[in-house]
Amino acid sequence: MSLGRRVLFGAAAPALAFVVAAIVTSVVLLGSGDSPVEFWQVVLSVPDARQFVNIVNVSAILYLSGLAAAIGFRMNLFNIGVEGQYRVATFAGGFFAGQAFLPGYLNTAAAIVVAMAAGAAWAGIAAVLRVTRGVSEVISTIMLNAIALSLVAYLLREFGNREGQTIVTDQIQQSSWVPNFTLVPGEDTKVYGLVFLALVAGVAFAVLLSGTRFGFDLRATGQSESAAVASGVNVRRMVVYAMLLSGAVAGLIGMPELFGASHAFGSTIQTGIGFTGIAVALLGRNRPIGIAIGALVFAYLAQQSSPLGIEADISPEIIAVTQGVVVLSVVIAYEVIRRYQARLEQAQVAATLRRERAAGQEVSA
Amino acid sequence: MSSPAVAVSLRGIAKRFPGVVANHDVSVDVQAGTVHALVGENGAGKSTLMKILYGVQKPDDGSITVDGEDVGFSSPTDAIARGIGMVFQHFQLADNLTVLENVVLGAEKLHGIGDKARAEIGRISTAYGFDLDPDELVETLGVGERQRVEILKVLYRGARIIILDEPTAVLVPQEVEALFANLRELKAEGHTLLFISHKLDEVLEIADEITVLRRGTTVDTVEPSAVTSHDLAELMVGAELPSPSTAESTVTDRVVLEVSDLRVQDSDGRPLLSDVSLTIRAGEVLGIAGVEGNGQTELVEAVLGMRPAVAGTVQLGGEDVTRWGTRQRRAAGVGYIPEDRQRHGLLLDAPLWENRILGHQTRPPAMNGHWINRSGARDDSDRIVSEYDVRTPGIDTTAGSLSGGNQQKFLVGREMSGEPRLLVAAHPTRGVDVGAQAAIWDQVREARRRGLAVLLVSADLDELIGLSDTIRVVLRGRLGDELDPRTVTPQQLGSAMTGAGDRSESAS
Repeated sequence: MSLGRRVLFGAAAPALAFVVAAIVTSVVLLGSGDSPVEFWQVVLSVPDARQFVNIVNVSAILYLSGLAAAIGFRMNLFNIGVEGQYRVATFAGGFFAGQAFLPGYLNTAAAIVVAMAAGAAWAGIAAVLRVTRGVSEVISTIMLNAIALSLVAYLLREFGNREGQTIVTDQIQQSSWVPNFTLVPGEDTKVYGLVFLALVAGVAFAVLLSGTRFGFDLRATGQSESAAVASGVNVRRMVVYAMLLSGAVAGLIGMPELFGASHAFGSTIQTGIGFTGIAVALLGRNRPIGIAIGALVFAYLAQQSSPLGIEADISPEIIAVTQGVVVLSVVIAYEVIRRYQARLEQAQVAATLRRERAAGQEVSA
Repeated sequence: MSSPAVAVSLRGIAKRFPGVVANHDVSVDVQAGTVHALVGENGAGKSTLMKILYGVQKPDDGSITVDGEDVGFSSPTDAIARGIGMVFQHFQLADNLTVLENVVLGAEKLHGIGDKARAEIGRISTAYGFDLDPDELVETLGVGERQRVEILKVLYRGARIIILDEPTAVLVPQEVEALFANLRELKAEGHTLLFISHKLDEVLEIADEITVLRRGTTVDTVEPSAVTSHDLAELMVGAELPSPSTAESTVTDRVVLEVSDLRVQDSDGRPLLSDVSLTIRAGEVLGIAGVEGNGQTELVEAVLGMRPAVAGTVQLGGEDVTRWGTRQRRAAGVGYIPEDRQRHGLLLDAPLWENRILGHQTRPPAMNGHWINRSGARDDSDRIVSEYDVRTPGIDTTAGSLSGGNQQKFLVGREMSGEPRLLVAAHPTRGVDVGAQAAIWDQVREARRRGLAVLLVSADLDELIGLSDTIRVVLRGRLGDELDPRTVTPQQLGSAMTGAGDRSESAS
């Protein structure tokens, strides 16, 4: 198939999904007596400088979360526990950095490693349960999310310091902070220094997946476990590795904000990023670039919806409907396009064969 | 008494899947009130045919007549409405529900879910001697009882024509006797039974008529009184024994594969292979004959390291590989043509060039250490496509969109690359057209000349006799004596394959 055609097919599904999402959102708005016109005016307005910076920050974080989910999804391993892994990891990283065992950026780097290790370990529990006891990772990771929530709250109470309404770990020494940088001149809101982690993780994911034996084994297992086994893949080992990797990437999610803004782990940690990551991964078909686009779209919609209440008197929560419908319809649209594409390809093969046969007959005649 | 009416008539049925022709020109007449057996090797098209009759799949061609009326089923619901029921080989029961709940599930409208349903289940159960308690939990039932629940389910839905898909495969001999007693009761009540099996002795015992399928089409319909299991085996695998290839022997004295006293068990500890010993030398093709389900699959998987050996050893070129994983064995030069290429040999949604890597993840040219060598894999895929005459628009086409023969040619080409020491080939030409078959045979012969050792499992006697230097028959997990393909007679093969003459052993 030509490249142009492949791009067309790749773009057709999301485009279709957005149209459906727009229609459904408009219908919901009409039903609740709000004006879809005002809604779209606000949402589709050009983001101002502050919103633009926020979109960059949020998409980087969502991208990491989407990657974490996608690593498992590519081999049909449903790590629903990114949220819990992210929470445990961010606490571990924040707590470690706050102890200032190491000076300056050494401390930063070590804390990031600690966070990744903590995320991997938390995901590893589910992996071990799956390969030794056959426990579905879907169930165990969901349960581990709940446990993570309580565990981190408990640890924070034990080791944290009360600051007004919240409890936080020890402040990270200033020499270990990662400076934020100005993206839009004159704008006070800045981009976290560690957003580059998203870039690094994305490139690493792409290289790993399409360039290495591990990536091939991972994809093969996802496409056909029986064929992977016959080709020599040790599926149990792959489950453990993929889960650990997924958890390690989940450990990165909290880092940009930890070292760029909060400088301590606190009870105000953002919730739900791990779950949004699942949606972002689905939207991006678990492909490195696709997830990036998915993360951008989700961040864009989230940012653009915040002024809805003030400017259009519409509850910003409506955007969750849009996001949800986008994901749902994109999954359906991908499947429709995939089937259409498969049929098209079969027809193409058949046509080639017919041509060859016709040519062969002419020769023999 | 009037002559029996035809309950089901299938005429000229054809079904094609992308890549395979599952059925073509299939015609069967099933008399009402009889047990009609369908026999054939796995892959002969029995299951597809039954799925068509049960409305799971639509035929591409042909007609189905039930009780004299033309029918076209688009779903099992339509088939059930016409009084056709199917008992699947793999039970479709909810363990944590009772017999009653399992039976009424999905058929709540018939007799409700209460006392009326219980009464109906009781009635059927007594009428046919099923001996089932409606309120017992299914998880407490044995295999034979579960099967009776399945049969009860279809009777409850009013089935008069019942398809049984390899019902004896999961049963022990006593349970088989009980099942046959139930089936005779059903027949006496006027039900029509379609019995799918490849166990010939059982078929001869229970059936009133036997239709044999081979390579997707009906070969013959015979009466059990007129045939022996040898005759049936011959019909199943092909009528006449072919003459072996006259080419000179290429067998050397260098041992490539040596399996000693191999024992393989299923998860319940039942033996699947017992005391299997075999030797294959460089340049030798060892053919394994046998009726499907006697341990061929397990032998192949044990040699490849996909199934653990409970006892015994596997040696490759003098090295003990018994504890090696599949990857290590394949990296050591073992090629594998699996029985089910679509499930075990290909990634159907991936392009051909990526499929070139599958199974060769440790070896050049597809790989460069831990890194995928994209251009190496692509170039070598192009080579396979031209050398093995794979008809495809290109190597970016997904494997799933090729025809079966072309999929297989690509797969054979892939497994032959990198000069393997040992090729494990299970039914290498099943479901491929004659042209591709000849090409694949030539490739195997050519590789054998270069010193390849081949373990060939096949149900096709043309293939076995034409390619093998030695033939051994596998029966109930044990390997028989070595047979010479140049001198073997159909009688010898037939009795070795069916175990005729030692039936007393199976009854014990």
